[in-house]
Amino acid sequence: MSFIKKSPWILHYDGSSCNGCDIEVLACLTPLYDVERFGVINTGNPKHADILLITGSVNEQNIPVVKQLYEQMADPKVVVAVGICANSGGIFAECYNVVGGVDKVIPVDVYVPGCAARPEAIIDGVVQGIGVLEEKRARAKKKIPAKQQNGV
Amino acid sequence: MMKLLLVVGIILLAPLLGGLLTGIDRVVTARLQGRQGPPLLQPFYDVLKLISKETTEVNSMHRFFVYVSLIFVIFTTVLLLSGGDVLLAIFALTLGSVFFVLGGYASNSPYSTIGSERELLQIMAYEPMVLLACFGLYYVDRSFFVKDIIASPYPAVIFLPGVFIGFTYILTFKLRKSPFDLSMSHHGHQEIVKGITTEYSGRDLAVIEVTHWYETVIVLALTYIFFANANPFSHVLAVFACLVIFFLEIIIDNTFARVKWQQALTSAWVVTAVLSTVNLFILSYFR
Amino acid sequence: MNAISTLILVPLAAALLIFLVPNDRIRDYIVRISAIITAVMTVVVVSLYFDKGISFNYPFEKAIDYVIALVEAAVAVYIITSGIRHKKYLVSFFSFLQTPLILWFEFTQKREIEVRNAIVFDKLSAIMLLVIGIVGSLICIYAVSYLKGYHQHHVHYKVRIRFFLSTVFLFLAAMFGLVLCNNLTWLYFCWELTTLCSFFLIGYTRTKEAKQNSYHALTINLGGGVAFAIAIVYLGTQLKTIELSELVKMSPETAVLIPVFLLSLAALTKSAQLPFASWLLGAMVAPTPSSALLHSATMVKAGVYLILRLAPLLGNTSVGKVVTFVGGVTFLLCSLMAVTRSDAKKILAYSTIANLGLIVVCASVGTRESIWAAILLIIFHAVSKSLLFLAVGSIEHQIGSRNVEDMDVLLDVSRRLSLYMIIGIAGMFLAPFGMLISKWVAMKAFMDSNNILIVIIIAYGSAATLFYWAKWMGKLVSNANKQENKDQIFHKEEEIPIFILAVLVGISCFGFPLISKFALVPFLTGMFHANALVPIGTSDVNLMLLMLSMLIILPISFIPIYKNDNRRRVLTYMSGENAGDNKNFRAAMGEARRAEFRNWYIRKYFDVKTLTLWGNVVSCGILVTGVILLIGGLVS
Repeated sequence: MSFIKKSPWILHYDGSSCNGCDIEVLACLTPLYDVERFGVINTGNPKHADILLITGSVNEQNIPVVKQLYEQMADPKVVVAVGICANSGGIFAECYNVVGGVDKVIPVDVYVPGCAARPEAIIDGVVQGIGVLEEKRARAKKKIPAKQQNGV
Repeated sequence: MMKLLLVVGIILLAPLLGGLLTGIDRVVTARLQGRQGPPLLQPFYDVLKLISKETTEVNSMHRFFVYVSLIFVIFTTVLLLSGGDVLLAIFALTLGSVFFVLGGYASNSPYSTIGSERELLQIMAYEPMVLLACFGLYYVDRSFFVKDIIASPYPAVIFLPGVFIGFTYILTFKLRKSPFDLSMSHHGHQEIVKGITTEYSGRDLAVIEVTHWYETVIVLALTYIFFANANPFSHVLAVFACLVIFFLEIIIDNTFARVKWQQALTSAWVVTAVLSTVNLFILSYFR
Repeated sequence: MNAISTLILVPLAAALLIFLVPNDRIRDYIVRISAIITAVMTVVVVSLYFDKGISFNYPFEKAIDYVIALVEAAVAVYIITSGIRHKKYLVSFFSFLQTPLILWFEFTQKREIEVRNAIVFDKLSAIMLLVIGIVGSLICIYAVSYLKGYHQHHVHYKVRIRFFLSTVFLFLAAMFGLVLCNNLTWLYFCWELTTLCSFFLIGYTRTKEAKQNSYHALTINLGGGVAFAIAIVYLGTQLKTIELSELVKMSPETAVLIPVFLLSLAALTKSAQLPFASWLLGAMVAPTPSSALLHSATMVKAGVYLILRLAPLLGNTSVGKVVTFVGGVTFLLCSLMAVTRSDAKKILAYSTIANLGLIVVCASVGTRESIWAAILLIIFHAVSKSLLFLAVGSIEHQIGSRNVEDMDVLLDVSRRLSLYMIIGIAGMFLAPFGMLISKWVAMKAFMDSNNILIVIIIAYGSAATLFYWAKWMGKLVSNANKQENKDQIFHKEEEIPIFILAVLVGISCFGFPLISKFALVPFLTGMFHANALVPIGTSDVNLMLLMLSMLIILPISFIPIYKNDNRRRVLTYMSGENAGDNKNFRAAMGEARRAEFRNWYIRKYFDVKTLTLWGNVVSCGILVTGVILLIGGLVS
């Protein structure tokens, strides 16, 4: 039995979001949606987190930050891109400083579309992320090299 | 042989109890906030997950301290629950806490360092009361040994109501509950991230969690000592009192906002000074 | 008898020899050899007389009396003239007051008093001798190498190493005399000699500050000397004895309590208790070996030694209460003040004063258990504190600073040195180590004797103690701000004494049940004429030894774990803004900026000035109360 499915801890990072998706992420913690039902904790610390939840697109300024946070997370780890900006850059895609979606910088495992993404969608994304997490753990156990693991 | 069994039993059962209590805490907290909350066994899932994860490090030193801290906290638990010397237990617990703080310093990151500073401040805030509670128990029963204290004809709390209230006050520090959870809160998001534990991951973090379970048991055991006496019925009462105190702490946690360190230190010291001084002086008057 | 005289004469001869030999290298060897001889002599004397004890008088007692009187007069002339020359008239006044008084007493009144035992050696003297002899000679050996480095760092100070080392040996001789003499006039002479030596040592660098502080120390200690002198004259004229052992046998009535109060006053000045504490803080200007000597093994221990001797007359008497509360107030306030300090030597100074306060409290409460604790505190404190002082001295040479905030580089500069520091600090406040064992027993004893207020005071003081030691330890383990240049070498000659002291910390902790069994329990049984027991149960002692062993085994057991270590190393968390390493973060405009971590000092809360003022007011108030109580006792 795998416990990683029962206790996914989340690190929420706001790239260059308009805060719409951030508010929806926080809404997931409220009594109405209550993600703690699934053992989800919003840790705010990459060292503790299993799932990196990124809202908003990546810009030139925060490329190193996103990379570093990803780097600091312990394996197995999963990246969930929340909202259309995180998926592809959204309406900001053409801005001079925007690189595009999160997958331009780090491998993304789950894409949650929407502008803003609805809490139900976000929770669904996290749950799918848990599935990926379990898959990665199982693969790591069989000692499949890391490169294939992170293949997008 | 029996002794060995007892020790092994305590080492194994105490974290189970502590984890269960933490689970209850999380469920009750969620219910108080109008949420459904996690499953009761969530703390165990968390720890088992952490054990199965990768463990990273920021330098070679910092993990050493949390393991030593765990060992001394286990030592304390065994000592307390097997009826040993309550003061020695407190000293061992302090040793464990100091090692935990050193772990934060050894991580040498901004958040863990400030977490360590705050943790030290908290220790300074609650230490007088803990010591005085031990000495109060000694004053009443003329023994530091738990087995003697709980075999006395009257429960200690009758003689030490002030000390007990003061002790309940500083329990909030020990259980890391709001308003005195400056150094490390249960709740993930705070301004210093997760204080001392910030740089720990995987197995090391699991060790810290388990340490906290043991600490919960220690704290409740100390509460228990205040109520238990030679009367077998009193042990039921003591368990009940422990649960009431635990529930009270959860309610306090959910109703108070965190205070500044100045208020934490001052209030803890003033409460200690007033309640324990008055209580012990009245006691010495009748002696 | 001859062995004991030799013990006092060896350091005296060494002092003279060192003063006369101008060649540096030869002198260094003389210092080392005499230090070793002193230590060996101490052990020999103690092992010779430990079981039975010995007390005797010299047949040529009168001759010694005359020599002492002569030296006293010479010292007085020196102090009075130099006091006038440097416009420190209070010094001259104190000296002018006491020396003629003592000389008058010596040549008129004293002739009628017969002294039976001028020298008394019992188990307490044995312990004190061991502490002074072993710790003192280690400090001497350390000083040889340290002073060379000291003058390389401080080129503008005049090199007076010869004078320094010779004074240190004189100091040791005086301390040996102090703990062996039973004749109070001789004890007084040694007492004044330590005052004079400390004056020389503090003023070693001859800077303005050093001079100022040395005169300050001299003033306060001479003030204590005046009280001592009056006590002797009172004892001699009223009670017709000048033997300490005779005084202690008397019953605590007001007539006896007056000299006891005066002697306690002298002891309080010497061990730097609160209204008189400032001299010890000023003494920090001196080179580290002399601070180590003043703080750990000698000078300040003389004061608590005297209080320990007087303990049977303190206890529940008014004087006893006064001394107890002065000690308690000192312990609490100095512990709080130490929190606000970042200068390592200042922290050590405040902690010394605080711990002496604790020893004073233990000694003056005067129950069997509390005296047990007091003697153990003396041993543990001497060993740990001298270790800390010597280590801090070496650290200052290694990293060029003695600020605690700068010690985060130490792990990188010298691992061994930081290990020694950690051992020393742990010895000062952590559980299985000595200081805490004694504190525990002490508090138990206070509880048993209904000293509730003292227990509460100590509970608070202990909390503050934990705070300032733990944050210092934190800096030592944090391994930050690595330096590239490591030009300083940690000399073997400096390391050997430090290493031995670190081992002694361990030995004293493991060996305290033995010390208790073979020295303390017999001594206390003799002192109270009733069977003394070990205050800690065997099961607890075993548990504590278990904890101590765990502390030694655990770090070692981690070595194999580290050997096959293949964890992924990541950067510390700085919100993802690390600029490539753990030291710098990316600030606004993208440039890398250094992240610095500082400890808390809470200066607003525990303001030194306010606390000192209140401490002085309160402790003066307590002393005045003592005087009033004594006068009240006289009248009734």
